Amino acid sequence: MTQRLLLTGVDKSFTLHLRDGVTLPVVAGVSFHVDGGECVVLGGQSGAGKSSILKMVYGNYGVGAGQILITHAGDQVDMASADARLVMQVRRQTLGYVSQFLRAIPRVAAIDVAAEPLVRAGVTAEAARERAAALFARLNLPERLWSLPPATFSGGEQQRVNIARGFLPDLPVLLLDEPTASLDARNRQVVIDMIAEKKANGTALLGIFHDADVREAVADRIVDVSRFATAAVAA
Amino acid sequence: MSMQDNDPPLMRVSNLTHMYGDRIGCRDVSFDLYPGEVLAVVGESGSGKTTLLNCVSGRQHCTAGTISYRMRDGRLQDLNALSEAERRFLMRTDWGFVHQNPADGLRMNVSAGANVGERLMAVGQRHYGRIRETADDWLGRVEISHDRIDDRPGTFSGGMRQRLQIARNLVTGPRLVFMDEPTGGLDVSVQARLLDLLRGLVDDLGLSAIVVTHDLAVARLLSQRMMVMKDGQVIETGLTDRVLDDPQAPYTQLLVSSILQV
Repeated sequence: MTQRLLLTGVDKSFTLHLRDGVTLPVVAGVSFHVDGGECVVLGGQSGAGKSSILKMVYGNYGVGAGQILITHAGDQVDMASADARLVMQVRRQTLGYVSQFLRAIPRVAAIDVAAEPLVRAGVTAEAARERAAALFARLNLPERLWSLPPATFSGGEQQRVNIARGFLPDLPVLLLDEPTASLDARNRQVVIDMIAEKKANGTALLGIFHDADVREAVADRIVDVSRFATAAVAA
Repeated sequence: MSMQDNDPPLMRVSNLTHMYGDRIGCRDVSFDLYPGEVLAVVGESGSGKTTLLNCVSGRQHCTAGTISYRMRDGRLQDLNALSEAERRFLMRTDWGFVHQNPADGLRMNVSAGANVGERLMAVGQRHYGRIRETADDWLGRVEISHDRIDDRPGTFSGGMRQRLQIARNLVTGPRLVFMDEPTGGLDVSVQARLLDLLRGLVDDLGLSAIVVTHDLAVARLLSQRMMVMKDGQVIETGLTDRVLDDPQAPYTQLLVSSILQV
C-alpha cells in the first residue's frame, strides 16, 4: 500500500515561561511511517510522549524540528510547517482524530455532535444523522441518549459519541487516542471491527491503545516511543 | 457550509496602528481574514483588541496602515479610499456589528420587530408585509417567540436582547460580522445558548467573523484562528486549538494556565 504519513527527525519540547523558562524535553528524532491499510500503534509507558506525537501530527502541538509529511489531495503537506488554513484543509479532507475525551458543546444533541463532520463535508443533515444513528446503534449507545447533549453522559457513552464522530467521515488518515479506554468488552470488540473495516478500505491508522487485547487485535506494527523520549532527555 | 479553499481573503489588514495621542491603542497589526472563517482576538482589558475591532469595522479612523475589503463584485477595496456615504452603506448592508451591551446596538424605544425591520428598510425594502414576515422569521431563528414581536427590547431579558441584536445584524445577509464580547455580561446558561446559536448561524450562513473576547472558552468554541494581543500588539497567532493547547508566548501561557477547570 502507499505511504500516507511519514515522520522524520521530529523533536518536541515545552518551554515553560511561567517556570523561569525551564525546558521540558518530550521526544527527539521521531521517525516512522504509516501506510494506507495498516494500523501502527505507538507503544511505551505513560508519559513517553505518545499523545504528544498524535497532537503534533494533528497540528494541536507545534513541532520543534523535523517533518511530518502527510499525503493530502495528491500532494505532500508538512504539518510541521503548514499554516493554519492548510492545517484546517488537511483536517477537513484528509486527517481525522478520535480524541480521548469529548469536548462537549453545550446544547448540541449527541447525534448532531457525531454528524457534524459529515455535514461540514457537504452531506445533508438528514443523511448525516441517519449514518450517525446507524453507528450509535452499532456501538450500543442507548437510543434515548441520541437527542441529548452528551455533557452529562458517562465516560463510556461520551467516548462512543466521540468514536462515531471520528469514524463517520471517510478520511484517508485516522488518529486514535485510546478510543477504547472507557469501553466494556462488547463495545471494544465493535471498535476493533470498525478499525479492521477502515484498514480494509485503505485508511492509514495511527493509534494509542493501552488494552493489550485491543493492541494485539489491531496493530500491524508497534513503534516504541520510549527511545525517542530517552533521546530527548539526552539531547 | 464549508469555506472554499482557494478563495482570496475577504479582508486584508496591513500594519494597522492606532494612537490615542501618545498612547498606543494598537500597533502594527496585520492579518488576512478568509471567507467563512471566524477569527478570535483575545487578550485582557486594555490589550487593544477593541481598538483593533473598531478600526477594522470602520467605526474609528486608524492612525496608520491599510484595511482592504473584498467587495461583492470581487474587487479589493481600500476602505480609507471610500467616501463616508459608501462606508456607511457597506456597514449597513455587508457588515454586522454585535456590541457587548445590546442597548448599544438596538433602538430601545421601538419594538423588536421594528428593530429587525429597520435594517431591511435601510437597504431599500418597502413592502410592510414582507418586512414583518422576514422580521418574524428572524426572531424565530434567534429563538424569540412570535408573540414578542411588538414588545420593546426594554421588556426583554439580557440574553433575549443579545439574540435580538444578532437578528437585527444578520437580517440583511451580511458577509462579515464583528462581535465585541458577544457573551460578556450574560449568565453562563444564557451564554451557552447564545454560543450555540452563534455557532449554528455562522456555519449555516457561511459567515466570516472577527470576535473580540477575553474568554478563551468562547474563542475555542467559535473560532478556527486566533490572535493574542497584549499592550496593543499581536504576540501570538495561529490555529485556535494550537494556540490554546501549545501556547508559545509567556503571556499566552499565563492566559491559558489561568483558566479555571470545572
